[in-house]
Amino acid sequence: MACSRLFRNFTLTVKLPPVTTHKFDATLLPTEAVTSKEELMKYFNDMFTIRRIEITSDAYYKNAEIRGFCHLCDGQEGIYVGMEAGVTHDDCLITAYRDHGQAFMRGETPHAIFAEMFGKITGTSKGKGGSMHFYNKTTNFYGGNGIVGAQVPVGVGLAFALKYQKKPNISMIMYGDGAANQGQIAEAANIAALWKLPAIFICENNKYGMGTAIERASANTDFYTRGDTIPGIKIEAQNILAVRETMKLAKKWGVEHGPLWLEFSTYRYRGHSMSDPGVSYRNKEEIDKVRATRDPIEYVKHLILDNKLASEAEIEDIQDKIKDDVNKAAAEAKKDPVPEAKELLTDVFSHNRKYLIRNVELKDSALI
Amino acid sequence: MFSRINRCFSSLLFSTSPEVPTGLPATKRTMLSAINNALDTILTKDQTACIFGEDVAFGGVFRCTDGLRAKHGESRVFNTPLCEQGIAGFAVGLASYGVTTIAEIQFADYIFPAFDQIVNEAAKLRYRTGGQFNCGSLTIRAPYGAVGHGGLYHSQSPEAYFAHTPGLKIVIPRGPVQAKGLLLSSIRDPNPVLFFEPKAMYRASSCDVPDDDYTIPLGKAEIVKHGREVTIIGFGLQLLSLDKAVTRVEKELGITCEIIDLRTIMPLDMETIEKSVKKTGRCVIAHEAPRFGGIGAEIAAKIQEECFLHLEAPVGRVCGWDTPFPLIFEKFYYPDENRAYEEIKRIVLY
Repeated sequence: MACSRLFRNFTLTVKLPPVTTHKFDATLLPTEAVTSKEELMKYFNDMFTIRRIEITSDAYYKNAEIRGFCHLCDGQEGIYVGMEAGVTHDDCLITAYRDHGQAFMRGETPHAIFAEMFGKITGTSKGKGGSMHFYNKTTNFYGGNGIVGAQVPVGVGLAFALKYQKKPNISMIMYGDGAANQGQIAEAANIAALWKLPAIFICENNKYGMGTAIERASANTDFYTRGDTIPGIKIEAQNILAVRETMKLAKKWGVEHGPLWLEFSTYRYRGHSMSDPGVSYRNKEEIDKVRATRDPIEYVKHLILDNKLASEAEIEDIQDKIKDDVNKAAAEAKKDPVPEAKELLTDVFSHNRKYLIRNVELKDSALI
Repeated sequence: MFSRINRCFSSLLFSTSPEVPTGLPATKRTMLSAINNALDTILTKDQTACIFGEDVAFGGVFRCTDGLRAKHGESRVFNTPLCEQGIAGFAVGLASYGVTTIAEIQFADYIFPAFDQIVNEAAKLRYRTGGQFNCGSLTIRAPYGAVGHGGLYHSQSPEAYFAHTPGLKIVIPRGPVQAKGLLLSSIRDPNPVLFFEPKAMYRASSCDVPDDDYTIPLGKAEIVKHGREVTIIGFGLQLLSLDKAVTRVEKELGITCEIIDLRTIMPLDMETIEKSVKKTGRCVIAHEAPRFGGIGAEIAAKIQEECFLHLEAPVGRVCGWDTPFPLIFEKFYYPDENRAYEEIKRIVLY
């Protein structure tokens, strides 16, 4: 009995990898993280679900059932799950187009995610956005944005609104190493620093901006220093607990002091998008090495197995179930109806204007 | 031309509009004072509203925001750094959170760094989120248009670039009464609105502007003068040259002209235009912006689509030439009352 009680209250203290800082006192960051079986199992579940969503999306895309553009995040799952572990859904989140992980962690079911990519009315944006445009108003997820870097000044506007309305929350503004060279990010940084906004800038540095390695794109690849006067922290984001602890601090810091400039060192196993095989500008050995040594899901799996929080068999069962659930969600979503023709013309303005669409088939015409 | 504005008290520019209630207490205001009054009204009634832009704190380069910071506080009216793209993106974010956001671009000529944020972000947010998010509480104000000496970068009329983007509304007042009513409507409209203010009108004389909170509806053009033989369409400062040109043509040819002030460029009030052109059978459109791809082109296309069998002449256009807005050659570039007179006469005698 004592044993099982111990097991239930079991906590694990894990040493965190070292961080690099810019104009920031590194001692403010914890060197250890405390976690529990419950937490680790949840992290594992969430990350593996995201992984399966990506793998399944890949298959459907290659089958031309998901169209348009699709940017997968396998390898970066630790970021999305770790971030949410450190903040709440009252904190605003905005990112670019590699947004499947965020969409899931901000409350979208796999069904709704696939439905959106399939262009179904049951999708997160009524099928009108697609893979790059997931949003969720109830969880303050502001998407899902296509133009590189454009989400950053928008995120600063959100931070301003939060501070203006005296909310104890932050605006988490994500962008990539490629976007880091967009001028508007410097503009946004200046505004955030000037007015001490609760803006947490997060550069997901996965070493490649589309097909260009960071060394070939940025004169300064220390992305955590590029907020200039804004204090910066670079962490190993493949460690989900490091992400979590950093975000906990970031939330306090943002509300109390103002902006923070984070760099999440990560890696994407796939190419930039489905149109990019991802091996013309890097070699397979590099990808395999990261999979073998820095995979975020493997890290948590090892913590679970090494501390005997679950058996290999249990983990495999969980993986199989998640795989099944995700596949089922996609198959179900595939059967959902597409938006009616009139949805082409809705949501342009707040009130739909009178339009008549004349297509080849009169029966497809719609009068709004 | 611009010095003559002050002497045109009875000009169309200083008239009221049918939607504006009459007999109310009023104050003599220039356009900039009317705009200032509208902004003051919004800041008083809408506690989420804030105004920002370059130099708006001391009143702005044209004094449109004069006194507002002192009255409503520095957290309601504040300066931004000089970064139009950043300002616009910031404004989109603020508006998506539900704040009544009034951003100023110091001159419409500077709006181009913000073009992506306006066209790709503001205009499309409602659509790509399937209606979950929108930045409808966003209004961007900018002084636009020729001013006599503005040169290439203080005179442009960019309405055509934005009219080409579904999701935006574009509003241009002709005088103080319209400026207040249309601005109040624009700010309150649940869609992102670009409000272009004809800078040459800011200080050009004044007229009675009701003190009350009143609005003029968006998407509705106004027939400022009724006539039978030809429909003249314009907006903003052009109403002045058109007024003069029309007076001359009417006297010379013994006809009457119908003048329409568009007031809202997007969405266009084609109903009013069609009804008028079907009545007159002839039309001339005037705008300062260059001819090719200007608003006149779209209206002309629509008129020939909808009123073809009623037309007695091609649709005429009086526009800026297809050159950058010149400095020393402004007099040659500008579509003034002489050019309007020539074009109206040509169309009437076609």
